[in-house]
Amino acid sequence: MKGRVWKFKDNVDTDVIIPARYLNTSNERELAKHCMEDINQNFAKEVKKGDIIVAGENFGCGSSREHAPISIKASGIACVIAKSFARIFYRNSFNIGLPLFECKETDRIREKDIIEVDTNTGEIKDISTGETFHTLPLPPFMQELVRLGGLEGYAKKLLKEI
Amino acid sequence: MGLTIAQKILQDHIVRGNVNVGEIILARVDLAFANDVTAPISIDFLKRIGGKIYDKQKIALIPDHFTPNKDIKSAEQCKTVREFAEQNNIPHYWEVGEAGIEHVLLPERGLIKPGMLVTGADSHTCTGGALGAFATGVGSADTGFAFATGMLWFKVPHTIKFIYNGKRGKWVMGKDLILYTIGKVGVSGALYKVMEFTGPVIRNLPMDDRFTMCNMAIEAGGKTGIVEPDDITRKYLSERGVKDGVFYKSDEDAEYDDIIEIDVSNIEPQVAFPHLPENTKPISEVAKEDIKIDQAFIGSCTNGRLSDLRIAAKILKGRKKDKHVRLIIIPSTPLIYRQALKEGLFDIFLDAGAVISTPTCGPCLGGHMGVLASGEVAISTTNRNFVGRMGSPKAYIYLSNPAIAAASAVLGKIGSPDEL
Ligand code: SF4
Repeated sequence: MKGRVWKFKDNVDTDVIIPARYLNTSNERELAKHCMEDINQNFAKEVKKGDIIVAGENFGCGSSREHAPISIKASGIACVIAKSFARIFYRNSFNIGLPLFECKETDRIREKDIIEVDTNTGEIKDISTGETFHTLPLPPFMQELVRLGGLEGYAKKLLKEI
Repeated sequence: MGLTIAQKILQDHIVRGNVNVGEIILARVDLAFANDVTAPISIDFLKRIGGKIYDKQKIALIPDHFTPNKDIKSAEQCKTVREFAEQNNIPHYWEVGEAGIEHVLLPERGLIKPGMLVTGADSHTCTGGALGAFATGVGSADTGFAFATGMLWFKVPHTIKFIYNGKRGKWVMGKDLILYTIGKVGVSGALYKVMEFTGPVIRNLPMDDRFTMCNMAIEAGGKTGIVEPDDITRKYLSERGVKDGVFYKSDEDAEYDDIIEIDVSNIEPQVAFPHLPENTKPISEVAKEDIKIDQAFIGSCTNGRLSDLRIAAKILKGRKKDKHVRLIIIPSTPLIYRQALKEGLFDIFLDAGAVISTPTCGPCLGGHMGVLASGEVAISTTNRNFVGRMGSPKAYIYLSNPAIAAASAVLGKIGSPDEL
């Protein structure tokens, strides 16, 4: 994955990722139109397919709305890298097939940098600065979820097994 | 090494894996529920994986967020849920008139019991932990998955033990204990972790206050809040006709990630300032700041229970709200609504100039029934004061207990009942 960085701070909550006033629909495109609207008005307009969100601690805190990772994924974001993630956001993202990476050094990545994430080794290369960072390895279960394309694939597999 | 209540409940439900902290397990779910916002995605997910329900007794669907339908899109969402419930004969579905806010309605209906593993497609599912259940918020796909398989994946969490000692002061409610705690540990202070609330103060704390505390565990990032079930729990359950349930206790030698002792004797009612629940200050400091309000809201899954309405009524009795303020009161369920009406609380509220709405989430999430305009200031008994939470992203939300909210409505600014 290689893309341009959209940088956010600590505690980006689900109400700014997708405000509750737009939750009367679960249409992906509709949601993507309002993604991050209350924190960065240019995001939805300018985000390009393959761009990457880089943030601080506790990304995705707040409500359990799956609309949050859905709106991020539907707006074209390839993956989110943060120091830590809120729990429900974390599981929702993997469930719907939006990969997340935990990396403690996100302060050194800047807005608009071009970075490359190697999903196998978990290495992040900041092409703009030449720096390299490491992400925490994914637990085997999460790797399986990613491999199966999310919870839907896992459910189909499990239903065959039981 | 002993186990915590949370670990014991998970162990009791495990299908694959072990209850070692950090391990991802597959476990049986006793109840999986969703609301009008989250259920449509769960239903869609269920359809995509074959559409067969594992056990309809273990499902609950509660239209509460945008009900009675606030606009056409919400009406369509509610219709999806209603049709699904009818087609599949889901016993635990409630229509407007019977439905209330999910986290208040489900315990009230005796559907959450000690020892259960409960998931809800709503982050405040942790409220159920007040009954000694492992109740945790998950996503919509998760919920569809649980509908189909009766199971779900979980990461076995660490537990932080919070011990509350001392004597609760005047006007200090469960809300203040939890706001104080969040102020202390921060909004990610319990990330991925269980918050076990214990100590002499909790042992004597009424059920309603326990619900409020567990409700806001998520505001510290917690996976759930949990209170060891005891005689207070037993009484609550028996009043609702529940006779079963497994009463777990944490082992003496259980492993805790941290143990935090809090002396409540010096805690005052707390107010969380915009825009995070961790921005707490004691009311005596807040009162000095002269924060004028446009709206006071008493309700939600945090503080819309009977004891919350009673305390608000106690303060509002014989008083009038400030002329400039809109005072909105929403009982969380029809049962609470009826009881408040019977007790004469509605007369007090109406005399005070309040408006009383049918049970709904309403303004808590900026849905309807009291959305804020830009620049407006609200005091609210809800759980989140994020940017845009109650309407305009330029509005300011302060969180408090219902006594402070009621007093502030009368004062026209944030203050304590002692100032009246
Ligand atoms: S009352 Fe508010 S916090 Fe509770 S379930 Fe409804 S929207 Fe969520």
